[in-house]
Amino acid sequence: MARLQSQAVEQITEIVNRYKGEGTPLMMILSDIQKEYGYIPLEVQELVSSLTGIPVSEIYGVVTFYSFFSLTPKGKYVIGVCLGTACYVKGSQLVLDKFEELLSIKPGETSADGLFTLDALRCVGACAIAPAVSINGKVYPMVQVGQVESIIKEYRSKEAN
Amino acid sequence: MLKIKTSEDLIKSHEHLASCLDKKFHCEEGKRAIVVCGGTGCLSSDSADLLARLQELIKEKGLQDKVTANIVGCFGFCSQGPFVKIFPEETLYTKVKVADADEIIEKDIIGGEIVERLLFVDPQSKARVAKQHEINFYKLQKRDIALKGNAEINPEDIEEAIGQGAFLALNKALHMSQQEVITEVLNSGLRGRGGAGFPTGRKWQFAYDVQSDEKYVVCNGDEGDPGAFMDRSIIEGNPINVIEGMMIEGYAIGAKNGYFYIRAEYPIAVNRLRNAIKQCEEMGLLGEHILGTDFSFRCHIRLGAGAFVCGEETALLNSIEGQRGMPRPRPPFPAVKGLWGKPSVINNVETLANVPFILLHGAEAYASIGTEKSKGTKVFALGGKVNNVGLVEVPMGITLRQLIFDIGGGIPNGKKFKAIQTGGPSGGCLTEKDLDTPIDYDNLIAAGSMMGSGGAIVMDEDNCMVDVAKFYMTFICDESCGKCSPCRIGTKRCLELLNKITEGKGTMEDLEELKSLANVIKSNSLCGLGQTAPNPILSTMNAFYDEYVAHIVDKKCPAHVCKSLMQYKIIEDKCAGCGLCARNCPANAIEKTDIVPAGRAPTLPLRVHRIDASKCVKCGLCQANCRFGAIIKD
Amino acid sequence: MGLVNIKIDGQAYQVEAGLTILEAARKCGFVIPSLCAFNHGECSRASCRVCLVEVKGARGLVASCVYPVAEGMEITISSQKAVEARRASVELILSNHHKNCLQCDKNGHCELLKVAEMVGARDGMYEGEQTPATLDELAPGLIRDTSKCILCGRCIERCKQAQGISILGFENRGFKTIVSPVQNRSFANSPCLQCGQCVNVCPTGALMEHSEIDKVDAAFKAGKKVIVQTAPAVRAAIAEEFGEPIGTTGTGKMVAALHRLGFYRVFDTNFGADLTIMEEAHELLERIQHKGVLPQITSCSPGWINYLEYYYPEVIPHVSTCKSPHMMLGAIIKTYFAKKHEIDPKDIFVVSIMPCVAKKYERQRAEMPNDVDAVLTTRELAKLIKRSGINWQRLPDEEFDQDLLGEYTGAGVIFGVTGGVMEAALRTAYFWLTGKEHEKIDFEAVRGLEGVKEAALDINGTTVRVAVCSGMKNAKALLEEVKAGKSPYAFIEIMCCPGGCINGGGQPFVKPLFLQNEDDDILETYRAKRAKVLYSEDVKQSVRQSHNNKDIQKLYKDFLGKPGSELAEELLHTSYVSDRERFPNK
Repeated sequence: MARLQSQAVEQITEIVNRYKGEGTPLMMILSDIQKEYGYIPLEVQELVSSLTGIPVSEIYGVVTFYSFFSLTPKGKYVIGVCLGTACYVKGSQLVLDKFEELLSIKPGETSADGLFTLDALRCVGACAIAPAVSINGKVYPMVQVGQVESIIKEYRSKEAN
Repeated sequence: MLKIKTSEDLIKSHEHLASCLDKKFHCEEGKRAIVVCGGTGCLSSDSADLLARLQELIKEKGLQDKVTANIVGCFGFCSQGPFVKIFPEETLYTKVKVADADEIIEKDIIGGEIVERLLFVDPQSKARVAKQHEINFYKLQKRDIALKGNAEINPEDIEEAIGQGAFLALNKALHMSQQEVITEVLNSGLRGRGGAGFPTGRKWQFAYDVQSDEKYVVCNGDEGDPGAFMDRSIIEGNPINVIEGMMIEGYAIGAKNGYFYIRAEYPIAVNRLRNAIKQCEEMGLLGEHILGTDFSFRCHIRLGAGAFVCGEETALLNSIEGQRGMPRPRPPFPAVKGLWGKPSVINNVETLANVPFILLHGAEAYASIGTEKSKGTKVFALGGKVNNVGLVEVPMGITLRQLIFDIGGGIPNGKKFKAIQTGGPSGGCLTEKDLDTPIDYDNLIAAGSMMGSGGAIVMDEDNCMVDVAKFYMTFICDESCGKCSPCRIGTKRCLELLNKITEGKGTMEDLEELKSLANVIKSNSLCGLGQTAPNPILSTMNAFYDEYVAHIVDKKCPAHVCKSLMQYKIIEDKCAGCGLCARNCPANAIEKTDIVPAGRAPTLPLRVHRIDASKCVKCGLCQANCRFGAIIKD
Repeated sequence: MGLVNIKIDGQAYQVEAGLTILEAARKCGFVIPSLCAFNHGECSRASCRVCLVEVKGARGLVASCVYPVAEGMEITISSQKAVEARRASVELILSNHHKNCLQCDKNGHCELLKVAEMVGARDGMYEGEQTPATLDELAPGLIRDTSKCILCGRCIERCKQAQGISILGFENRGFKTIVSPVQNRSFANSPCLQCGQCVNVCPTGALMEHSEIDKVDAAFKAGKKVIVQTAPAVRAAIAEEFGEPIGTTGTGKMVAALHRLGFYRVFDTNFGADLTIMEEAHELLERIQHKGVLPQITSCSPGWINYLEYYYPEVIPHVSTCKSPHMMLGAIIKTYFAKKHEIDPKDIFVVSIMPCVAKKYERQRAEMPNDVDAVLTTRELAKLIKRSGINWQRLPDEEFDQDLLGEYTGAGVIFGVTGGVMEAALRTAYFWLTGKEHEKIDFEAVRGLEGVKEAALDINGTTVRVAVCSGMKNAKALLEEVKAGKSPYAFIEIMCCPGGCINGGGQPFVKPLFLQNEDDDILETYRAKRAKVLYSEDVKQSVRQSHNNKDIQKLYKDFLGKPGSELAEELLHTSYVSDRERFPNK
């Protein structure tokens, strides 16, 4: 725990305190931390454990169960390729393959420069615009394999400026 | 803010707000109203910017006295979004871009002329259709029960909901006994919209009959079926309706607290629900002594965190309790021992959205819609290879043919209908022979599928059914919680067999093993997820056995989907020798031959191209780029 | 609860309401194969799906381990459907199992193998990829091999319910799920007590003790004088390994077997226990008379010491500095015994047979690295005996070697059960404080298997309050009091494993599947049955107070001086460290 900065300790303590009145607040605490930091490293889980009395093994079990929680930091841009049925039947697997190829990472991984994380998503509910790709919440409709390169370029050049 | 403390307050407010709403839509004061679709699909196509631009223009042109513009819930016809609808004429503009805002204001609002180019074009007649109810997609629908208020009222403004009649059903329920409310729901014939179709009233009755100091109602909004977004749209379009349904349920079984469990992937729905709860609390519609009675109730929101299995009700309860979302064995049933060990009823979002209608209009009115054993309407998320993709609400008993061809507008690009998957990963595929089956719970099960939560994915001749089964198995394998061995290990083994088959390495023995394994998983698994996991395999095997055999015996994928069993080929006669394919090939698998393309001068540098199958990665870029249709899958 | 009428395979029975189908069937003479369930709800996840049966009217097959019987229920165990379903569940589990059964440490005790036999699992069914596995052999006491784990969750429940620390948990989801300490770390890098309670409940070879048989073999091969000592609780359970009913005394045969195995001397750790009492009672009196830190807490249980050092380092000053009995005996063997027999201590190899796996860690502590050279569990001793061709049933009863360290008292014997150390200490402390023996030798108040017991003893008009507890979950409240300076007690006995050493992590497995001749409630009663062995041996001893042990008296006279002497401090006492430092990552 020594490795956490005092500011982080304060902030996490504040998050835990938000749910003082709740009987079983773990999911809410973890969601808030995930949202705040983008990941939930073990040190943070230990802090939550000591603040709530929930064994760290249980917290770790919860974090590794739900795909929304991450143990490692995500890239600056999180690329989500929807693999929901509607997107899949319209070829989103190929789009995902292309992202994998161009970024040299597999779904769930982050590029070496820390810029991109690639995720395979389960239905984002945007089936009408399949295949859908979302990058940090912005949804790209009807993405074709040929567009992938230019999408990546868009963000790379944004970074270069 | 307006406070509604008694029945009388509610009635008075409703009358007042209804007239406001009326004025808005019927333009009584010479005003016109613009509404813009605020569903997730349209928002991702910049409908928020579109609205902002419209509002900016109204201000710029000094039209504030003449027209209002606000957001509404989902129009459902997502493939045509974003939508702009103008009242009182009810002109519906489709696929509106931010840049179109100027023209709408200039031509329609100021000029009083319809912007023809933004109207919907009927794919069959090619005619432009100005009004929503004249579009085929909407004609057979009945969007006023579960989708009530969607695309009409501002989902972020409780006053519009009250104007439309929100809480009148609750008010009526609070003047009935708890048993009377339950009986009403029982008599309505409402069945759970989450998938299995258990009679909602009976669930309520179980929980009501159990004595306990505390009971809970839980709304299951963990819509995980890939390709389905009914619950999301319902909450986004009219959150108050769902809250009201939950409150009626809470009153009926004797609960003081209700929990919404919503997917974290639905931020807009969550925000609107949160906002709606807050507005209800501020008005006094949630809290202590609701409408002046002894009924007290509070709503809470819990977010899912990306686990399909949490749609299973006991896994959902574990998730709310801060644990891994692993299903619990039953008995004890949640109605006896549920959330935190207390009697709990878990209902799906759409189920609750039906409840206010039943109370307000009576069980009989509700039961008059639908078939003998499936009452009311059902919302479907129609997707895949169908022209009109979107969210539809139809009376039970409509046929699949009506759904796919009348509402859905048929299959795009003149392709042939092959199958429709209902019930998502737990359901099965229905084919040509099922098209005239009236849709209800029992018919779909008899046909080898299930109602499910409402996902309806249409597949055409280009879809490989073995691949579809593999897709669902991959999904289930990823989403299996890992608790029970048949599901954890069995789905993995099924996937391995399907991979083997789609790679052309399968044997007929594998097919037999796949079938027996599927049946083992079905009979041995702990929860509904596992018990239904093999359905996509069993149903595709049942309806498309030949396709499996083709993969195994002929080593061919008839739909040319399975990469290992297909290849791209350039038809010599059609190739113009432009070389575009070769330039786009990521694997350098396309080379020039010496053959001069038909009808070209040998002096030109154009030569027929050829694909080297050993290098080809089958990405399909060549085919996508060929302008002569010379590249085919074989 | 009342009775309900049920039918199993067409036959009518009356059983208690509230039972699961599995339990009811057992009472009615059926054995439904089952794997994940354990001890009426201690673990009841219904996850292995091996115990499936048909129930008329129920939707599909039901898991008999969780499904309660009800009036009029008609159960079918033997239908083709149920038989095939159970077999398929087992075959699926086997398809994701590392099947080196012949060499597996659990061979002979594996519930999966037993169940596979019962259902008639077929060869090569459903073969495919296996879950990525971890083999953790770093910890001195425990080995975890996830390639054999069936995810029943028994270990998770046991760790939580017995020790309240939840070291083990599920990790990941679906096919990738494993059971592990956080982040799939080694036990060695987790604040695990190495008590081995998880090993006791594991149905397969996924959790095992870290065997040291090889070390013992090597010592024999190197020509060392291999001296063995056995802890009190071992004799209460070793006979179970050879098919005798739980509660059978194994002392004489065990000693006979050890003689045949070629040990140079066969000693009883009870001698060490008597010595511990001398030192510990002395320490207690010192603390009482000189207003030292009270309450004093016992230190015999290494699992408890591990708990102390990590979870309650603030309490360290309260804990007796006494080494545990076998470490004391080891130290005495290598000094006093070696000196008397003029043997170079380097040529002595001390083996402790213990009911415990934490002792494997304890003997390697930096504070006392040379006292004991190998620790074998009761189960490992059984393996030694079995591989040597000894027929247990035909062994005679023999006595421990009477050579300087041979005599032991009834006080030492009862160390093996919760409350025993306390009772032994009270016998001696009472004598020292009053100058006479307590009229009634048995201190009933500290006996019994409850998690926490307390008693008050009148000594010369002063009331001395004492407490006894076992299982760290139970200890927590007592320790919180101590930490807060509010403990009303003078002396507290703490044992790591629930019930004490008779239920240690190195004791024979109590698996109803293998114990068809034991009572149905054996998981409830085995600890009491083992405890009875020790108490009856106590009664049989002519000397029942440690201070009256003649060899002990001689040891002090000839070598140590008196309890608490400088030499005693050096050889028989140790120190503890706050363990937080050791796990900066925890």
